[in-house]
Amino acid sequence: MKFLFSSKLIAWYFIMPVFAIHLLVVALPSLSSLALSLTDWNGFGKINYIGFENFTELFDDRVFKKAVKHNLIWTAFFLTVPIAVAMLGAYLLTGIKRFQLFYRLVFFFPYILASIVNALVWKYLFHPIHGLGAWMNERGIDFLASSPFTTKGTSLYAVAFVDAWHFWGFLVVIYITGMYQVDNSLYEAADIEGATKWQKFRFITLPMIRPIFIFSLMIIIIWSIPAFDYVYILTQGGPAYSSEVIANHLYSKAFDRFEVGYASAIGVMMFVYVFFVVGFFGLLRKIGWEI
Amino acid sequence: MAVAKFKRNAGIVNHIILMTLALTIILPLSVLFFNSIKPQSEFAANPLGFPSKIRFMNYYDAWVIGGYARIFLNSSILVVGTLIINLTLSGMAAFSLAVLNPRGRITVVLGIYLLVGISIPAQMFIIPLFILWKNLHLTNTYLGLIIIYSALNAPFAVFLIRSYMIQLPSELFDAAKIDGANTFQLFYKIAVPLSWPVFLTTGLVVGLAVWNEFLFALTFIQTEAYKPISTILFAFQSRFENDYSLVSAASIMMAAPIAILFMLFQRKFIAGLTGGGLKG
Repeated sequence: MKFLFSSKLIAWYFIMPVFAIHLLVVALPSLSSLALSLTDWNGFGKINYIGFENFTELFDDRVFKKAVKHNLIWTAFFLTVPIAVAMLGAYLLTGIKRFQLFYRLVFFFPYILASIVNALVWKYLFHPIHGLGAWMNERGIDFLASSPFTTKGTSLYAVAFVDAWHFWGFLVVIYITGMYQVDNSLYEAADIEGATKWQKFRFITLPMIRPIFIFSLMIIIIWSIPAFDYVYILTQGGPAYSSEVIANHLYSKAFDRFEVGYASAIGVMMFVYVFFVVGFFGLLRKIGWEI
Repeated sequence: MAVAKFKRNAGIVNHIILMTLALTIILPLSVLFFNSIKPQSEFAANPLGFPSKIRFMNYYDAWVIGGYARIFLNSSILVVGTLIINLTLSGMAAFSLAVLNPRGRITVVLGIYLLVGISIPAQMFIIPLFILWKNLHLTNTYLGLIIIYSALNAPFAVFLIRSYMIQLPSELFDAAKIDGANTFQLFYKIAVPLSWPVFLTTGLVVGLAVWNEFLFALTFIQTEAYKPISTILFAFQSRFENDYSLVSAASIMMAAPIAILFMLFQRKFIAGLTGGGLKG
């Protein structure tokens, strides 16, 4: 009886509840996913073991290959456009004194709005009859005459744009935190040497915020893989799979067509990818990259 | 003199670029607001501008036709329920990790487990979770979604609360122990009251995440009467495809509580959302 109340066990009692629900919601289903990916289960009937057939089938899945390509484009887009804009915003913010808080709050605001609200804002603005296109047309400018969400060549970029529009303010905040930690005497020394703004940014700011910068690269790469909300809300992967991403493909396989085994295989592939990305950045840290 | 002038010009250039960036956010959100108070008849003639006749009745219509009173209640139940379960359980775990066993093996093992847990994409476990929840009759219930949200936000909450509790002076707990307090009393009489700022920050971030959540709400609640705002708005948007004033009014109603809380607790929001990200 006394053993049950030893301080070591009491420490465990306090941890167990949170551990238990996380195990139930995340760990156990993830492990079942590993097992289900080796079956052809449809969610109701008999479960047949089929080995790695789902995984080999993925290589013949035209839509899956398209989705992978789109996720890579998505990642590349997020690694360039929002980072560049956020760097510019953060760097300019460090150079001003007045209205700093105002800009920061405005930039950050879309990040805390729901994906459905942000999506609706842009669905309207890109609407050919009511949005920017109509407004331009009234003034004789032929721009956005059709919605970029329903045009094959632009749908993926239009969705990525909306997601990036909501996300870049987050990057501003983490970059500016790093920029304020840079010792001011470095800039003063550079001023004496007659360095330009760009040189100061390139040779002082960027190297000094490297850990935060590399961290931002990592989370963008990790977050780009399960990207779902904006695609599902704005285009559902269409038209003609032109904006299909992996998460959306998995979702329709699982919940529209009940191919549970196959969809699980896609989920496993996503996890393997994330695992390697995290491992890669862990390795960088191990070899002394200070991240 | 020349230097001073150059600096002032640089400041103006900074402001011009920053203002342009700010307008790319302010203008689209203003259009949403204008649309929410614009009569439906004016949309064709005046796509982006301020309405010539302000019509606040759009909000009333959305509230009544869209049944928003009930929908707000659904989302609020999910938020409050998640906050109660998540903050209690995460607070207990954080207390154990920070105070009871600061350098123990538990900390390392659980830390690694939670880190792996964070990096698993939702798509990896959502299908078996759905089947499990269906068998437990937890789909289409508030409780089912509340348990999921509590678990998903637990790693973040535990890390954040622990990082605060670990700074509490151990003398406080030692003194209370001498006075005969048991472990549970140490938790709710000393650790929790002293850590209220971090509970507020965590609560804001977790509450925001639940209020805005889309994927799990879409998957686990199909019964119309239990749907939260995010998925109702998604349905609303296709149902009233051509009634933008109602959709816009509904969107503003969803964003308003967030905007107000953000104005009140901007520092806590930003620190919680970015700091949590940095640590996790």
